[in-house]
Amino acid sequence: MSSVTVAQAINTALADALAEDPSVVVFGEDVGALGGVFRITDGLTGAYGEDRCFDTPLAESGIVGVAVGMAMNGLRPVVEMQFDAFAYPAFEQIASHVAKMRNRTRGAVTLPMVIRIPYAGGIGGVEHHCDSSESYYAHTPGLTVVTPATAEDAYSLLREAIASPDPVIFLEPKRLYWSRAEATLPAKTEPFGRAAVRRAGRDATLVAYGPSVPVAMQAAEAAVAEGWDLEVVDLRTLVPLDDATVMASVAKTGRAVVVAEAQGFASVASEVAARIAEQCFHVLEAPVRRVTGLDIPYPPPKLEHHHLPNVDRVLDAVATLQWEDA
Amino acid sequence: MVAPSGSALLPPPEPVQLIDPQGARAPEARAAGHAVPDAATLLAAHRALVRGRRFDRQATALVKQGRLAVYPSAHGQEAAEVGAVLALRATDWLFPTYRDSVALVTRGIDPVEVLTLLRGDWHCGYDPIAHRTGPQCTPLATQAPHAVGVAYAARARGEDTVVLAFLGDGATSEGDFHEAMNFAAVFQAPVVFFVQNNRYAISVPLARQTAAPSLAHKAVGYGVPGIGVDGNDVAAVLAVVGAAAERARTGGGPTLVEAHTYRMDAHTNADDASRYRSDEEVAAWRDRDPLDRITAHLRGAGLLDAALEAEIAAQAEADAADLRERLPAGPVPGGDELFAHVYASPTPQLRDQAERLRAEQAADELEDAR
Repeated sequence: MSSVTVAQAINTALADALAEDPSVVVFGEDVGALGGVFRITDGLTGAYGEDRCFDTPLAESGIVGVAVGMAMNGLRPVVEMQFDAFAYPAFEQIASHVAKMRNRTRGAVTLPMVIRIPYAGGIGGVEHHCDSSESYYAHTPGLTVVTPATAEDAYSLLREAIASPDPVIFLEPKRLYWSRAEATLPAKTEPFGRAAVRRAGRDATLVAYGPSVPVAMQAAEAAVAEGWDLEVVDLRTLVPLDDATVMASVAKTGRAVVVAEAQGFASVASEVAARIAEQCFHVLEAPVRRVTGLDIPYPPPKLEHHHLPNVDRVLDAVATLQWEDA
Repeated sequence: MVAPSGSALLPPPEPVQLIDPQGARAPEARAAGHAVPDAATLLAAHRALVRGRRFDRQATALVKQGRLAVYPSAHGQEAAEVGAVLALRATDWLFPTYRDSVALVTRGIDPVEVLTLLRGDWHCGYDPIAHRTGPQCTPLATQAPHAVGVAYAARARGEDTVVLAFLGDGATSEGDFHEAMNFAAVFQAPVVFFVQNNRYAISVPLARQTAAPSLAHKAVGYGVPGIGVDGNDVAAVLAVVGAAAERARTGGGPTLVEAHTYRMDAHTNADDASRYRSDEEVAAWRDRDPLDRITAHLRGAGLLDAALEAEIAAQAEADAADLRERLPAGPVPGGDELFAHVYASPTPQLRDQAERLRAEQAADELEDAR
């Protein structure tokens, strides 16, 4: 065990994949000599050569489109979109080809490729640098959508993504890049499609993912003083979604709050809330609540604290879960 | 490597032409250094053109009969499609669009498979890996970066594979055309960008797509050679694409080829071309028919006699009859397979939905049986 950041875990996962599998190639904007604007690819070009980790023209659709062709022809590309909102030029490639190639070729063409996207806010970034774009991808059949919240998950889920026969959107919560945890790498955590219970509790379930997991954990700790014992479920993969773990938790607690940083309208949080309502209606003691970002364009750095879910908002939502009947 | 100067990348003043519309040898100046392919190559191209034309006419008839959902005809463009495909090796790749069914048939893909998507089914019909041919692409120019990626991966393995991307004039306005050209140039990927300039993007004329002197000129900005070719002269298409492929194969990087041609039919059966172009314009292009041209040339050269023509026509007719016979009639079988290829392994949610659809279908069948 040693102290590891999420950024180091991702860097190590990329390095290990490059070392183990000669078909893995890493490319994107500034990922070579610079090591990426977040230094996630730091040292990879030096260690594995310019054929394995390299800079490209500044063209996101081209990066993803070229990766599609490479994946059709024997390589395992791992591409970096520099920021969430800079990935939008690639959206047509992602929605029309990355997501659909297996289906439109009846399984003849598979695309083992990973699109890494640093996403979400909380780092004081200016506009176009802080979008929570996960719903666009989760809404698109054919994409696997992954978002780690811990260093060990970051390593293990990225290795699984690179090894996957299907394309994976790998969403990296920017504000967790520098968070440290005791971890041993290489780590092997639960596979895609399994949520993790990060904190066991009896009274209510907080469902969170990516950047909102630490918020939910802090809220659960703060709730102890209020007399609430909260369970925290980390989804880990948005697609496939682990209904079973979420529903088992809510069946136990009878109350649920979904916490997510993305704007709430038509969001992953809304989908999770709806599924809980559909599948757990008869055990629910209170309506399912959502604590999400506001339905506004991501606010400027000095005002982002108004937008982001925080401990107080989570506890306010928990307080509305009809405890008077308990 | 010394980068070629800008002027060396410019296309010749006129599109390359080796055989004129009457079937005679074009003036030497039009050849721009290219030679007429040998007799066997021309005869094979002629046979493929006859077969491609007959296939295209058959598909057009099938859509009128309601046996295809839609058919974007390549009538008038057959020489461009046939020439481009026959200039490649079997080990090369190509990335076609929805208008390039004649190219796919020329590639040797079963016409029934080629028409799968256009019949209204949910997949491309053929195995792209086995045929080294991408699925027919509908969103314009989005297949061009795929061609670059396939080419890059092949070269990384030390293979001498060349990849040809089919595009139309409208596609050259799309961002992915630009990004693919630029990537191919920067990485010197072995790609031939083959633009069939048929003058219209559905109804919108070329003048609304570009203010460039020609589409081939666009190559210069990427550091790529551009060349125009008479797309209705199959000999010239074979020569020009063959040279571009050879250049790519030997490490010379990408080339942009603009084939000047004309779509004789409407965009699809659902389009009315009389709303945006004149009969006179269409008639002028009818006089430049690609099949008439190579036929006249081969007759003049004593390479094609009545008996051989009859044999080739009979074979094309037999192929069309075989297509009519084997193209599945009736509804596309539905159900479970809609869920089978979304992921390598369906998600729990997809398994639930598949189960529900199965139950609905079983109930429908029970209802029908009553």
